[in-house]
Amino acid sequence: MLLVILDHQGDALTEAGREALTFGRTLAGRMGVDVEAAVIGSDASALISEAGQYGAATVHTATHELLTDYGPDAHSSVVEQMIRELEPDAVLACGTERGNEVMAHVAARLDAPFVANCVDVTPGDSWTMTRVQWGGSLLEDCALDADVALLTCGLHAVVAEPGDGQEPDAESFDVALTDADLVTLVRQRVVMEAGVTLPTAPVVCGGGRGVGSAEGFSQLEELATLLGGRVGCSRAVTNLGWRPHSDQVGQTGTRIAPEIYIASGISGAIQHWVGAMASKHILAINTDAEANMVVKADWAVIGDLHEVIPAIIAEVSARRGS
Amino acid sequence: MRILCCVKRVPAPGAKINVTDDGMAVDAAHLGFTTSPHEECAVEGAVQLVEQHGGEVTVLTLGSGEASEQLRYAVSVGAAHGVLVDVGSSDWDPQRTAAALTEAIVALEQEQPFDLILFGNESADSGGFQVGIRVARALGRPVVQGIKGIEVSGDGSAAGTVTARREIDGGFEVYELPRPCVLGVKEGLNLPRYPTMKGRLASKKVEIPEVATSAVAGGQQRVKLHRPEETVSETVILGHGPEAAPAVVDVLAELGVL
Repeated sequence: MLLVILDHQGDALTEAGREALTFGRTLAGRMGVDVEAAVIGSDASALISEAGQYGAATVHTATHELLTDYGPDAHSSVVEQMIRELEPDAVLACGTERGNEVMAHVAARLDAPFVANCVDVTPGDSWTMTRVQWGGSLLEDCALDADVALLTCGLHAVVAEPGDGQEPDAESFDVALTDADLVTLVRQRVVMEAGVTLPTAPVVCGGGRGVGSAEGFSQLEELATLLGGRVGCSRAVTNLGWRPHSDQVGQTGTRIAPEIYIASGISGAIQHWVGAMASKHILAINTDAEANMVVKADWAVIGDLHEVIPAIIAEVSARRGS
Repeated sequence: MRILCCVKRVPAPGAKINVTDDGMAVDAAHLGFTTSPHEECAVEGAVQLVEQHGGEVTVLTLGSGEASEQLRYAVSVGAAHGVLVDVGSSDWDPQRTAAALTEAIVALEQEQPFDLILFGNESADSGGFQVGIRVARALGRPVVQGIKGIEVSGDGSAAGTVTARREIDGGFEVYELPRPCVLGVKEGLNLPRYPTMKGRLASKKVEIPEVATSAVAGGQQRVKLHRPEETVSETVILGHGPEAAPAVVDVLAELGVL
């Protein structure tokens, strides 16, 4: 059996949770086993149904008064208990910050190997997998020798797609937590901004060194607001202190997956590209027609972003007005 | 405060990475090397804490003899000591790396434990997302990943807490850990300083002791490294300068984001 640990927010799966089940369906098919899913901290029926739509035959829910918010020790303790009781052949989560953190804890608890951010997995007597290195600019094939395969799939390694959509069996899992599992619970949760955020924005307006200054981003802000999107930037920009690090798109920043990424004044160094490559479409605005970002984009405008972006803003406003 | 930072020597981010003919390693022939970005911020964060609370920073790495260059760099920006676990040029798997670092830390803590141990959230190259967690669990200390803010209660010595902020979508989570503890930090924790002349001189003089390890291979072994297939996309040039705006907005309308 393949056990998929589901990332969820309230009573809905996150896109990462859907991706894990989508990746898991293919893997379970190769293993010749069923997909079962684990939901930690909720037993909402909507969540269980959605897990079924994405291919889970059984959903194990673990609820506890101390599991209402996230904690790496508590969550990994639950997964460890599930592994001991349910005896899965493999455990898969999506390679989000949390997914990788929980699986690394589980691996350390079991003194077992853990392979992070897989893009392809071949089960067998000896498992082989292809995993992401350098944030995606290099791949590593590796062999795994383990009693239970502990894996994450790379975030956005697959596009989430529902499966046959049967109503799954729901099983309540009894958990026992110790004091040691409670040390790392979240104490406080601070919301800085409501609404659309960089990882979930349908449009991202990114700026690089070519924007020229912190003030230069005001045009990008205006366009992003107009399109219901968010501003992103390159590592060069955060290193220059023009934008906060939370706006950085790249290997050391955020992985974005918008409908369109409008990349202005960004050369497209590999460290930035790996954060942007899951974008469904890319439009580059650059004075250099040979820039890496222009070459890799679907569409490009060759020109000064400080002339092009105001013209786009005016055109959008004009069409909406008419 | 006694703070330990575990760092890794990696090829400078941004460079095009090529693989050796046998596929077992990165071709280092034309690469510059640096400290993995998250860990550069870990060192800066540790130095700032010591400036506030007193104490000293030790930097530990596992790698080839050349990795002492990154230890010396850490000394040039304020660390006091550097320690190398010399394992030659081969990449070790995450379990073995963690076991070797744990062994080294236990040896370094014979007289006194570190109040705080900092790792990078993940290394820029192999990106295993686990070594810091494995070390923390082996030492029996709490650990949280993804940290972009650290505050230390009291004077930083002995008992007390560390408050750590982790950035999440649209805000942050706050954790409060008892010392001693371990944090996996991320770039954005700070903007690392540049070395001073005094720091450079200190880094040249500092002795880099080496410690041996008995760690054995774990269950994940490299078969080969390769580059992903490049998807060649035909870029459609919508125009030059502001005249291209209507064509851009046509695209936005087509995608339904207008």
